[in-house]
Amino acid sequence: MSGFRNKERRRRVSQHPAIELVGIDKSFGTVHANKNINLKVEKGTIHGIIGENGAGKSTLMSILYGFYQADGGEIRIDGKPLTIRDSQAAISAGIGMVHQHFMLVENFTVLENIMLGAEGGQLLAKGVSGARKELKRLETDYGLDVDPDAIIEDLPVGKQQRVEILKALYRSADILILDEPTGVLTPAEADHLFKVLKVLRDQGKTVILITHKLREIMAITDEVSVMRRGEMVATRKTAETTVEELAELMVGRRVLLRVEKGEAKPGKVLMSVKNLTVKDSRGVTMVDDVSFEVREGEIVGIAGVAGNGQSELLEALAGIRKPASGEILLDGKPIAGADPARLRALGLAHIPEDRHHMGLVLKFEEYENAVLGYHRDPRYGRGALLDLKAIRAEAAEKIEKYDIRPPNPRLKTANFSGGNQQKIVVAREIERDPKALIIGQPTRGVDIGAIEFIHRRIVEMRDAGKAILLVSVELDEIRSLSDRILVMFAGKVVGEKTAEAGEQTLGLMMAGIAA
Amino acid sequence: MDYFDILVSILGSTIRLSIPLLFTALAGLFSERAGIFDIGLEGKMLAAAFASACVAYLTGNPWLGLLGGIAVSIVFSLIHGFASITNRGNQIVSGVALNFVAAGLTIVLGQAWFSQGGRTPQLAGEARFSPITLPGVDLMRDVPVLGPLYVNVISGNNILTYLAFAAVPLSWWVLFRTRFGLRLRAVGENPGAVDTAGISVTWLRYRAVIVAGFLCGFAGAYLSIAQSAAFIKDMSAGKGYIALAALIFAKWKPVPVMFACLLFGFLDAFANFMQGKAVPGIGEVPVQIFQAMPYVLTCILLAGFIGIAHPPKAGGVPYTKER
Repeated sequence: MSGFRNKERRRRVSQHPAIELVGIDKSFGTVHANKNINLKVEKGTIHGIIGENGAGKSTLMSILYGFYQADGGEIRIDGKPLTIRDSQAAISAGIGMVHQHFMLVENFTVLENIMLGAEGGQLLAKGVSGARKELKRLETDYGLDVDPDAIIEDLPVGKQQRVEILKALYRSADILILDEPTGVLTPAEADHLFKVLKVLRDQGKTVILITHKLREIMAITDEVSVMRRGEMVATRKTAETTVEELAELMVGRRVLLRVEKGEAKPGKVLMSVKNLTVKDSRGVTMVDDVSFEVREGEIVGIAGVAGNGQSELLEALAGIRKPASGEILLDGKPIAGADPARLRALGLAHIPEDRHHMGLVLKFEEYENAVLGYHRDPRYGRGALLDLKAIRAEAAEKIEKYDIRPPNPRLKTANFSGGNQQKIVVAREIERDPKALIIGQPTRGVDIGAIEFIHRRIVEMRDAGKAILLVSVELDEIRSLSDRILVMFAGKVVGEKTAEAGEQTLGLMMAGIAA
Repeated sequence: MDYFDILVSILGSTIRLSIPLLFTALAGLFSERAGIFDIGLEGKMLAAAFASACVAYLTGNPWLGLLGGIAVSIVFSLIHGFASITNRGNQIVSGVALNFVAAGLTIVLGQAWFSQGGRTPQLAGEARFSPITLPGVDLMRDVPVLGPLYVNVISGNNILTYLAFAAVPLSWWVLFRTRFGLRLRAVGENPGAVDTAGISVTWLRYRAVIVAGFLCGFAGAYLSIAQSAAFIKDMSAGKGYIALAALIFAKWKPVPVMFACLLFGFLDAFANFMQGKAVPGIGEVPVQIFQAMPYVLTCILLAGFIGIAHPPKAGGVPYTKER
């Protein structure tokens, strides 16, 4: 797909790869973010690194840029082993990075941001004219025009990103790392970025592009490496691979968990979403004009590569994020913009995607989390006072029913394992006997035993006639639980399939290739 | 006394009352622009006042007294830095703790060393910073309007007063015209930008709090060895907090900081003048009303009535890059 072949010529200039990573390893506490990573990036190429969110791409690049220290392994730049202790070392090794969240001082001018750290003397006045001249040169060489005196916060994101690239070039970077650069860009801005990257490559720079978007990989990279769950699983020449192969490498073949379930008996429509649009805090549209319905007694699964708007959709449905426009009806009543307390009262339960940030207060004891969100219920106390006896008794019941271990309602929640923490959340939401249940990533970081248990509960809820909306990035989970599957890509629902749809069909839809 | 004489006298005391505010607010400016909230300005000023008085008493030299105050104040700053930069502690808690330490320690040590109920011994004339008479006072004395202003307001202050006003443009120049200033302002807005530019966030913030300690040392010395001739317990009397209010009122900018300090100093001077006097038509106004004005004005500002005050974005947040 890539029309640029002239890099073959340039590659022979030096026999060393621009970057070579050997056995890089990094853990954050119990999370093993990078496992024994090996990677070679040739000079004068655009090298893509793809993987789902959380596959460890950003961590790897942050190690390369000296932002984190690897626990083990070696980095070789231009064939020479190098210890990159901090960003200063990375910069002097000729590495520049454009972070996913821009590292700009928003109330500074473009010029001030570019000069920061490379001021050219104790007094600013000395460096300014040189910096202006250099900016002019970069502008003509690479087509990167920005007004040096504009204030960053007044610029559109595309221009802000350009400032980040200029920052790297100003420090004479030969290797440019871009972390999910198109996430915040409009399609037109993204196209322009790709043009700039190709110019940079043709002028001999090495570009590393981190993304989870297959289309971008196919469009502009020369080589591509795939990461999955902290491991580097493959490196291919882009011209010699296909979207199908990459999608499979990225998602991986997983053991299909069998879930016992009979035919669904869908009843009336309980939840309906009409033309829903949701923006994130930066104002970028994450859910774009989405409509669907969930009936009583069915599980509707939403499949998609993480970051395609599923999280924002869940947040809007759960009352955590206000939708920009559109309607949400629960049992015929409009609920768009209602707060979570009201939604709970109306019979909508929510198992959030991230139990640590939204589902639980880890410092609380188990019994406190067991009623969190429902603590105003008269069963748990009167007026301002909580009836701790009643709460603890009920917590103990749920612990028994859900086999939460250790069976101690007075234990600090942080001390339970991931699977048991998730069971605490599931028990709290399901035992309230809601009419509708929205579930995000029900089994993320949960052991096999707990996965089975949680899946069985979800099916039981369906059989009891509840409307269930399930969002998961685990395609197997979606396929084994759902009665209907909606696929989300770039904020839109791009198609609907039954559970019988093949993995490949869904995979292509998730990559935005087929509908 | 006619109204003009009253005005001149109030303006004279406005200057005297503004100086400790000005040094302290500039100290806060450096610290907070770097993202380190400094509620401990009060404590630093108090500790510096005590140290200055002690050293000036022992050596008989006000300059050595000033150095002593600066040294102690910087030590306090470093403790604040150690708690809030190195150990990423809560900056407000650390600052409040230092205020208590300063309030307690100065009294205990003062009593232990000098046994005068927490006071330090009265300083002799040459151990203090005395008023300086500017050249041309005799010539100016008879000039109408400008004359009395020059003689009583501009001239006749001690050296620290003139240094305080000189510190305003100097601070502006450092913050906005030097590399150090650019980086310091950047670290208070987005430390990530500083870190990824290959600059140490920790060292930069330490330098900022050291500058803050340095300036608070002047404020303390002013209180005990320029304005007064001894350390008296709790002599900072909330000026650190008023300076903080002035800093917010001035939206973290050096020249407005000076005007805010002068305004708050004027309110204080006016309150002193009004003590025991009746306002025509209203009667005697409680002096507390004037004393509360800096806080009231700052609250009105914060509520958004006088433009919007944007504090440095990363203020109060310890910098961590590991997740």
